[in-house]
Order: sequence, then structure tokens, then C-alpha cells
Amino acid sequence: MLAKRIIPCLDVRHGRVVKGVQFEGLRDTGDPVALATRYVEEGADELVLLDVVATQEARAAFADVVAQVARALSIPFTVGGGIGSIETARALITAGADKVSVNSAALRRPGLITELSDEFGAQAIVCAIDAEQMPKGWHVRTISGTTATGREAVAWAQEAAHRGAGEILLTSITHDGVKQGFAVDLVRQVSTTVPVPVIASGGAGTVQHFADVFLAGQADAALAASMFHFGEIAIGDLKRQLQRQGIEVRLED
Amino acid sequence: MTIAIIKYNAGNTASVTNALLRLGITPQITDDPAEIRAASHVIFPGVGHALPAMAYLRERGLDQVIRSLTQPFLGICLGLQLLCEASEEGETACVGIFKSRVRRFPPGQKVPHMGWNTVPLAGTGLGEGTPRFYFLHAYRADVGADTVAECDYGGAFSAVMRKGNFLAAQFHPEKSGKAGAALLRRFVTS
Repeated sequence: MLAKRIIPCLDVRHGRVVKGVQFEGLRDTGDPVALATRYVEEGADELVLLDVVATQEARAAFADVVAQVARALSIPFTVGGGIGSIETARALITAGADKVSVNSAALRRPGLITELSDEFGAQAIVCAIDAEQMPKGWHVRTISGTTATGREAVAWAQEAAHRGAGEILLTSITHDGVKQGFAVDLVRQVSTTVPVPVIASGGAGTVQHFADVFLAGQADAALAASMFHFGEIAIGDLKRQLQRQGIEVRLED
Repeated sequence: MTIAIIKYNAGNTASVTNALLRLGITPQITDDPAEIRAASHVIFPGVGHALPAMAYLRERGLDQVIRSLTQPFLGICLGLQLLCEASEEGETACVGIFKSRVRRFPPGQKVPHMGWNTVPLAGTGLGEGTPRFYFLHAYRADVGADTVAECDYGGAFSAVMRKGNFLAAQFHPEKSGKAGAALLRRFVTS
């Protein structure tokens, strides 16, 4: 049976991991390769690397990080941040990324998803969606969540899949950073109506939050950053506890 | 030992190259029939669409080259599908080593089949137990006479196929952690 995936996310700025990372035994916690390798050893199923600067000059440093991570990593990884053209995506895929994630540029010009999907295949294209809970449903925001788009989140996820995205990375801005659990209702709405896998993001704080988003939310994968960075729980422990609740996970050995 | 990776328009050679480098092996990435024939082992990776991939192989006569090979050969992902008789993806005839057809997953499943799924290795000569490997594909080969390991996703499909010197995996050993590295090591020492 297909396993639910656990995906740590690394924010990269000018070639370094940002957000405080507290890991025993890691000499350089800002080194993306060292941290990525550590996560793989702990049992991460995939990784996401986000270029949080995504200016022209930062992009070159990011491509270099992607190439280093690709050499070191024996599991798949997705890269994102400021991808708006086939050329930018190609540079990162050539550097060794398995998938590229698009967000703001796809909202500006949805045809970009189709262009990327035709060029690299749907399996390589992730559409990232930042959603905010409003009195009348979930709305999509853009440019790192700063700007409203007027789009409804479930409809946009369906459109993105229809246009050729092979996966949806769904972040609840409302839940992100609060550590009170994922947006289970939103995740379920998207996961049960979109024909591609859905990664839930935003709100992870405990093992039970992951169990809830997999069981009630029907997520295919769950992403977290600070919970893993700060060593609040090791990925292997998380997976063993999920397995005890009957959730299918990958455990090595 | 010379490991040739076949270079063509659908070959994601970088990740296979990286995986071999991690095993201490430097592969040769080539579309030259003489170099492919001379290699001790041949790897045929693949990411993308079957129709343009087959058209490209035929134009360069690489489909004939592949059929004529006698050394250990490993197809990966689209590489497995292209070794079958025909694919529904673009309605193309394929290289025809394995007597199976390639079809899209039936409705009711999320496509692509993405992530870590179990493959029983007993009897494949590739290891023991039922490890998980990383899959990423929208089409899959029917179970047939050349299937040596099955995977289940909305029904059984071919996870590993073998006929003579031709071996192929639908999953990505180069992206499958320790289990994948062990399988690749076993292939290059075969």
C-alpha cells in the first residue's frame, strides 16, 4: 500500500538555511546539504527547498544548492520560489530537482502550469496554494501571502490540476506557525475533489495533528518546517507513532 | 566495468548518474551505439511521454540497438514502459522486449501514482523482503509473463519485469533511499 509521506521544508536564503535550526550533532546547521542529509537519515520521504529571496542573483546561489543537494540525496525533492518561466524551471531541474513548485506566477498567468507540464511532464509540476480562511470559505493569497487574489482555494486547486499540475502543495496561512493543527476541512475538500496528490502544510505541532490530516483530511503527504528544525520530534518517532494508529508509513530497516 | 546510461530526449540521466556516483561508479552517458554495445552494463532511465521518446529512439536506430544488446540491462520508469509491446500514452508501439501493454491507471485513483509503495522482492533475484520504493508515474505495464514483482495501486501492475538480460523497474531505484541503492549495487555487480 502507498505510504503517507512526511516532508520537511527548508527555507533557503543566499545558499543558507534560514529559521533557527537546532540539531544536536550538526556542526553547521545553516548548511542545506547537511540538514537535508540529516532529514533523509531520520526517514524523510521527500524534501522541499524554497528559495525565499528568489531575486536574480539569489537564484544562481540557489541553483548551486540544488545541485549539491541532488548529489547528496537519495530521495526526491521539490524546489520552489519565484519560478515563472520554463527557463527558470529548466535550470533547477537540470541542477537535479525532481519537481518544481509554482505559486504567484501561476496565479498571474495560469497558462504557465500547462507550459511547464507539457515541457517536463505533470509529475514534475507542483502547484503551491496559500489559502486563508474567510467568513465565506477559503481564499487564495499571493506574493508570500501578502495579496488577495479573489480566487476560491478549492476551485483554484481543481483548475491547477486540470491545467497539468501533478501535485498540490496546500498551505493554510490561517494555521501556519500557530502549531494548533492543519486545516483539516480545507485539506479534505481539496483532496477529495482534485485528481492529484495533495500535500497539507501549515499548523503541524503534534503527532496527532499529522494523524488528523491523514485520516480525517485524507492528505497524501504532510509538510512541516519548524517542528522538525527545532527537533521537537524526530521524523522516525513521528512515523512509528502514526503507524500505531494504523497509518501506512515508510520505515527503513 | 563500464556502465553506459542511454542518453535520449526522455532520459533524466542526472539523478541516475548521481546515484551511481554515490556508489563510487562513474557512468558513461552516451547515445553512441558502439559505446552502448561495448559497455558491461546498460541503464535506460526515462521521464516523460512515451510517444516522443519512441520517435526519438527510432530516428536514431536506438530501438534496434537496445533489442540487440546481450549485457545486463536496466530500464527505469518510462524505461520499463518503453521495453513493453505498446503504450496507450500516445498510442505508440514500443521496443517489444516484454510481452505486456502499458495503460493509464484506471479511474478512481489519484494520478500520478506518487510516493513509496511496497514491492515483494522474493524470486526476483534483487533482494529479500518487501521494501518500499519511490514511484512517480501515470501509466503502468500490465502484469504478464515477464512480470517478476507486482505492485498494487487500484489493481496489480508490473513493478519489476525481467526477460533474459533485460531487467526493468517501474519505480526509481536512484531515488529510493537505501533500498534503491542496494538494488542498483546488485545490478552493477551482476
